[in-house]
Amino acid sequence: MSKQLALVIDLNVCVGCHACVTSCKEWNTSGAAGFLSDDRPYGRDPTGTFFNRVQTFEVGEFPHTQTVHFPKSCLHCEDPPCVPVCPTGASYKRAEDGIVLVDYDKCIGCKYCSWACPYGARELDEHQKVMKKCTLCVDRIYDEHLPAAERKPACVMACPTSARLFGDVHDAESAVSRAIRDAGGYALMPEWGTHPANHYLPRRKTEITLHRDELERVDNPLKIDGKLPKPDVKAPSLDDSTTW
Amino acid sequence: MRPAFSVIFLTTLIGAGQGLFVALYSAEFGAWLSFWAMPSAQYFSLGCVLVLALLGAGLFASFFHLGRPERAWRSAAMWRNSWLSREVIVLPLFMAAVAAYGLAHHLRGAGDLTLTLGGAGVALALLLFVCTGMIYACLPFLQEWHTPLTVINYLLLGCASGFLLSTAWAAVQAPALLVTAAAWTAGVTLVALVMRGAALVRDASLRPKSTLQTAIGVKHPRIAQKAQGFMGGSFNTRDFFHGKSFAWLRLVKWGFLLLVFPLPLALLAGGAALASWPVLAAAFLLQYLGLLIERWFFFAQARHPQNLYYQAIS
Ligand code: SF4
Ligand code: SF4
Repeated sequence: MSKQLALVIDLNVCVGCHACVTSCKEWNTSGAAGFLSDDRPYGRDPTGTFFNRVQTFEVGEFPHTQTVHFPKSCLHCEDPPCVPVCPTGASYKRAEDGIVLVDYDKCIGCKYCSWACPYGARELDEHQKVMKKCTLCVDRIYDEHLPAAERKPACVMACPTSARLFGDVHDAESAVSRAIRDAGGYALMPEWGTHPANHYLPRRKTEITLHRDELERVDNPLKIDGKLPKPDVKAPSLDDSTTW
Repeated sequence: MRPAFSVIFLTTLIGAGQGLFVALYSAEFGAWLSFWAMPSAQYFSLGCVLVLALLGAGLFASFFHLGRPERAWRSAAMWRNSWLSREVIVLPLFMAAVAAYGLAHHLRGAGDLTLTLGGAGVALALLLFVCTGMIYACLPFLQEWHTPLTVINYLLLGCASGFLLSTAWAAVQAPALLVTAAAWTAGVTLVALVMRGAALVRDASLRPKSTLQTAIGVKHPRIAQKAQGFMGGSFNTRDFFHGKSFAWLRLVKWGFLLLVFPLPLALLAGGAALASWPVLAAAFLLQYLGLLIERWFFFAQARHPQNLYYQAIS
């Protein structure tokens, strides 16, 4: 089977810091494809084009709530509904690695593809008037001038909690495939048959169960462990003997 | 969705043009079958000028929809899979057929040539209705649009509008045809009313397949958005929300139902009885206004699943 590059995003680990958003914008506004619009960034009504957004949802009812930070970008669907609708062929899916791309030189800015994406992953650039979306940093991941460890999308490089994994989801032994298998990875809106390549790992319960004998060994077979020190109640404590 | 005025004008103008052409050809076809006398050559040739004016105005409006209109020619490339591309090809072909048909009538009058050219033109007009309708009907997650009713209604509303115009045109150029044209117009309009009503009934019973649960993949019944990732607007918040209240939408719905169906029908009856072309032209304009509103409603009422991700700013 051919390659399908994708991101796997671990919602259990994402802390919603937006590092991937800024790193994505920084890389992709500086590339050969031209800038990403950024209007009035410090004004009252800032707006601009982003490939990646981090959203926040509250699940449950107070006090039993969880905060879910949810990064969203193009999912590089295996069956992308946005591609066949494009009248110019500007939108296409690469056969060699499954990345869905827009040819900015062909796009006429008709917005039809954005209507055809159920995830809202495409944004029309207000200045260049062409459709833009995540490229999986196609101009980074194959760049031989970069050290091999850095040939990853900018968002993956930036994530301080390693919530973003990058790899080939068609290779059953890749880190991303293993994560999807072992940690219950799922796709968004499966009801439309788009088969997103990007997957999300669900929130997990993190619990630690402590037993008494893990704090103080009860059996103490060689009688080597002493009891925990229990000073006399009248003995001076640290607070009595220091003067800070 | 946020209704785009360029597309509203495009679809209503070319719809009227296509309908008018179908009406012109029906007049010739009926005369050929000797149901009625053949109208004058002018009825056809000037009628075709009218059709071309409507199509040209629609084409002109469509350019305002494009971010890069200078590259519009590229949109003919993907006719194998894109309905938009097919529309882009069929529209100029149809315009060429209309021009040829009008010219043939002007130069040689009705005959085998016009009958053939007109038949091709009608086929292209119908194909164009299918292309335009399928642009919307082919998107499965816009559930309000994803139905054969979308194509049927583009066809019927376009025909109703064009036939109404043809009635006014008959009052000017072919008075003998007036009553027949009016009867046909009334028939098409009533069928359109039934089908548009059916679409509205269907919309009322639709339940969105996507929910916040499937959108972010969390199964809990209670999920509330706390941040959408930015404080200002974005393409996603501007282009997919109509920003009007539910009450406004209801008002618009009843407004277009009134303006497209009963009011023009009343004027049609009056205009046909008086054989007055200004009354019939007024009926057409009134209905055209209603069709603009109908198209606005068609877009506004479609709920795009991406909106699930943009429910709260912070
Ligand atoms: S997420 Fe949207 S833009 Fe990306 S491939 Fe899927 S349908 Fe296309
Ligand atoms: S906006 Fe550009 S990429 Fe999208 S469908 Fe139109 S031409 Fe294709």
